[in-house]
Amino acid sequence: MMAPNMIAETIVIVDYGAGNLNSVKKAFDYLGANVVVTSEPEKVATAGKIVLPGVGHFSALGALVNMGLREAVLQGARAGKPLLGICLGMQWLFEGSDEAPELSGAGIFAGRCRSFPSSVKSPHVGWNSLAVKEGSRLLRDVAPESFVYFTHSFRAPVVAATAASTEYGTPFSAVVEKENIFGVQFHPEKSWNVGLLMLKNFCELD
Amino acid sequence: MLTKRIIACLDMDGGRVVKGVQFVNLRDAGDPPECAVAHARDGADEIVLLDITATSDNRQTVLDVVSRTARSLFVPFTVGGGIRELSDAAEVFDAGADKIAINSAAVKDPTLIGEIAARFGSQAVVVAIDARRVKEGSVKSGFEVFVAGGRTPTGRDALQWAREAAACGAGEILLTSMDRDGTKSGFDCELTKLVAEAVSIPVIASGGAGSPQHFIDVFREGHADAALAASIFHFGLEDIGQLKRELQAANVPVRWPC
Repeated sequence: MMAPNMIAETIVIVDYGAGNLNSVKKAFDYLGANVVVTSEPEKVATAGKIVLPGVGHFSALGALVNMGLREAVLQGARAGKPLLGICLGMQWLFEGSDEAPELSGAGIFAGRCRSFPSSVKSPHVGWNSLAVKEGSRLLRDVAPESFVYFTHSFRAPVVAATAASTEYGTPFSAVVEKENIFGVQFHPEKSWNVGLLMLKNFCELD
Repeated sequence: MLTKRIIACLDMDGGRVVKGVQFVNLRDAGDPPECAVAHARDGADEIVLLDITATSDNRQTVLDVVSRTARSLFVPFTVGGGIRELSDAAEVFDAGADKIAINSAAVKDPTLIGEIAARFGSQAVVVAIDARRVKEGSVKSGFEVFVAGGRTPTGRDALQWAREAAACGAGEILLTSMDRDGTKSGFDCELTKLVAEAVSIPVIASGGAGSPQHFIDVFREGHADAALAASIFHFGLEDIGQLKRELQAANVPVRWPC
């Protein structure tokens, strides 16, 4: 596996009480990153880089508001800190999701997350391939048709900021990227060397 | 394209792998973390670690193994065996598992499925069902659920139970044919298809893998989303790569090269 560079800057994994953050932390630990899991808004707002994970139901993201973390994440993002949303965390970067229509997302990317067409089984679980667009910083050195591990019931639309799309009944955004904002629908921490490469790329962003 | 998953299962007794691949290049062929990573390196899409130890004073051993394994295993990692309540599941997740598999405990109390799913997400809950063909008329589908390692009949219909488990919040069904388990005579495609068509969550076929053709059959005819095998290399295959290449040649989509 790749030899990780030493990364001094703190990466925070935002803990808003939903699911299991161990796997994400372990992957960053493995890469030698200086990573902490926190639910303190102050630490999030002042971190070098922010990771917003998430599994389960979109409504779980409601806790971001209640815990004062929504503003902290957006403050960091506005200050130009690299922000990586994973799975639900990526969906939150869009305007919202049909899974919990009452809850608004960050609206950084246009469009809403919707369910899959009825022609395919849902949830979408397993290894699917990426169609990678050139020029992505997160996907630097990632082979164009790499396989990554997905598990989700809702999907984000393909937009101008889509850096990689995946097909399951319909094409959807697998990776979005705009300046310092990144989102991945799949689980890089569970996508073997390909996923670790993306996390390493994230660690090494300026 | 969404690929069909090949899942390697390590049966563990007292903290040692007792069934599974014997890799010559391993320092310790019975060490679960080494085996798990070797399988992943070889092309396994996912690892299941099944604790078959009959004693309950074994929990700390299991948690230590899970923790050591999770440290360097970056594919989905499921742990099963001995999970009886939410707190057992929480310990296994804390140690680093991505999913837990529950069997007897879920049959005894199906609300356990929803409890774990509410806290860790449905994607983290695999309900394992051991099914056996029974004589006509005893259960509607002809397949009955057995528990306690396949020894104890429950009187429940396997198809009905799979539907119920999915409705309770299970994320996947791990469906083992007790008739085929250990026989190397092929997966039970009829059973697999019956369940796979009845639920929208993924169905992992298990029991009976003996050749690459068996995998082709269970994906094509059984409509399985994934197939699991413990002694995957005991039938003359060099490695998982060879199995995947054969699947690819038969136009079954797999993650290869990976």
